[in-house]
Amino acid sequence: MRTHTTTRAPFLFAVTAIVSFFMISPMLLSVMAGLVNNYSVGLKSGLTTRWFGEVWEVYGGTVGWSLALALVCVACTIVLGVPCAYALARSRSRAARIFEELLTLPVAVPGLATALALILAYGQITAFRQSFAFILVGHIVFTLPFMVRTVASAFQRHDLVALEEAARTLGASFRQRFMGILVPAVFPAIVAGSLMVFTLSVGEFNLTWMLHTPLTRTLPVGLADSYASMRLEVGSAYTLVFFIVILPVLWGLQSLAHLLQKRHGT
Amino acid sequence: MKSGQRWLLLGCAAPAAAFFLMFWLLPVLRLLALPADKGWSTYFAVLTDSRYLQSMLNTVLLSLGVTLATLVLGGAVGVYLARRDFVAKRVLLSLLTLPLSFPGVIVGFFVILLGGRQGLVADLSDALVGKRITFAYGLLGLFLAYLYFSLPRAIATYAAAAESMNLQLEEAARSLGASRLRVVRDVWLPELAPTTLACGAILFATSMGAFGTAFTLASKFEVIPITIYNEFTNYANFALAASLSIALGVVTWLVLFLARHFGASPAVR
Repeated sequence: MRTHTTTRAPFLFAVTAIVSFFMISPMLLSVMAGLVNNYSVGLKSGLTTRWFGEVWEVYGGTVGWSLALALVCVACTIVLGVPCAYALARSRSRAARIFEELLTLPVAVPGLATALALILAYGQITAFRQSFAFILVGHIVFTLPFMVRTVASAFQRHDLVALEEAARTLGASFRQRFMGILVPAVFPAIVAGSLMVFTLSVGEFNLTWMLHTPLTRTLPVGLADSYASMRLEVGSAYTLVFFIVILPVLWGLQSLAHLLQKRHGT
Repeated sequence: MKSGQRWLLLGCAAPAAAFFLMFWLLPVLRLLALPADKGWSTYFAVLTDSRYLQSMLNTVLLSLGVTLATLVLGGAVGVYLARRDFVAKRVLLSLLTLPLSFPGVIVGFFVILLGGRQGLVADLSDALVGKRITFAYGLLGLFLAYLYFSLPRAIATYAAAAESMNLQLEEAARSLGASRLRVVRDVWLPELAPTTLACGAILFATSMGAFGTAFTLASKFEVIPITIYNEFTNYANFALAASLSIALGVVTWLVLFLARHFGASPAVR
């Protein structure tokens, strides 16, 4: 770690302190607000888990659906994205570059526009429109570029190209090479991509709000719903549910990814 | 390349390509064509109708202001954290970057807790001067909310960039008697310029399209994602919503494209 012992930076220290306060105090405030009886009275009104119960009754289902949706989204982006990343990493054709550019567009274009396009194109197919698959499709389109880019840059490593070439001259079929050499070699990148896709999918709101129906709600959609229609305490308790359920999952996955990267990384 | 290899690569890319074609490209092409049904002038509604133009200008100016403020503040915090070593620095850094995984609606709700009708500031100002000050639903509320979700990205990016800064240049400048301000201007800024450009473009693009935050704050200060949402949901004005989406998409894409273009040229580095 490089440190500067010779110079002090009172200005930078002040900015850091103010920014830290600005970033952290709302989190504490919302945790507190979800646990008190009456927010406008404050801590004096006593602590309660009543609001939790209310949130769980109305919105409990959104937690499971959000996590399930994110997991399926990760699985789909792996199945679609990893072979595609290989193709993009190995091809030098103009068409491949254009396709790569197109594939990343859903990240640059605001989610609202993508959601409108999906509704206008497929909104008439009622069974599809009213199922979680509709939201899933939106999430995959939005997260696929993250998986493809992360994995493609791993596929591009020179030693991997040589390794694959060697296996091919020894007579290994493509399936053998792909599953036996290539995928294990880029495994850390797949894990990193999966983590990114999972995080993005769990928190996605811009697309999801437009794509959801009353029967297909995810956690962020439920949050917006509760903020609009209920008391501050309920909204805060719900935010607390997000903190308690989602963040530990993310942290767990992060340390798992870290572990895997350490073991399989090069 | 042998033709066998070409077919293999095509086969690998085919599933993703088919999915992308079916669920993004074709729907978006249809969205692009939609305003034409109502006449070509619909495409330029954002320029010709003063209400939409105002909304677009609001969004661009707000995003620009937030981006600049975030770059300055995030840069300062990032550089400070990269240079200093203290107890619980890792914890602080992970707390500061935690909001990266928050949905935008949570950030909007935070601002309501701070500056809403029952918010902290309203209570404090009521106790102090007998007047309930609320700012959550106006320009200031939106600005703070956008700042809140922009800062973590800037802090993480600058902290990483500052770790790899060349300290010798700075030492040399100092030993030659350069003032602190000159070191910032002549050493730090050029070294951090590529980071600033790339990060700034992403911050701007994210702010332009931030729907969840603005939606939660249901603002008096209208931004373009809310305008699009209203046209689509409340007035069922699909052609106009499409036209405004195109305008929003073009602005964000253009900014990202320009940043990448200039970031790649050696003139900026």
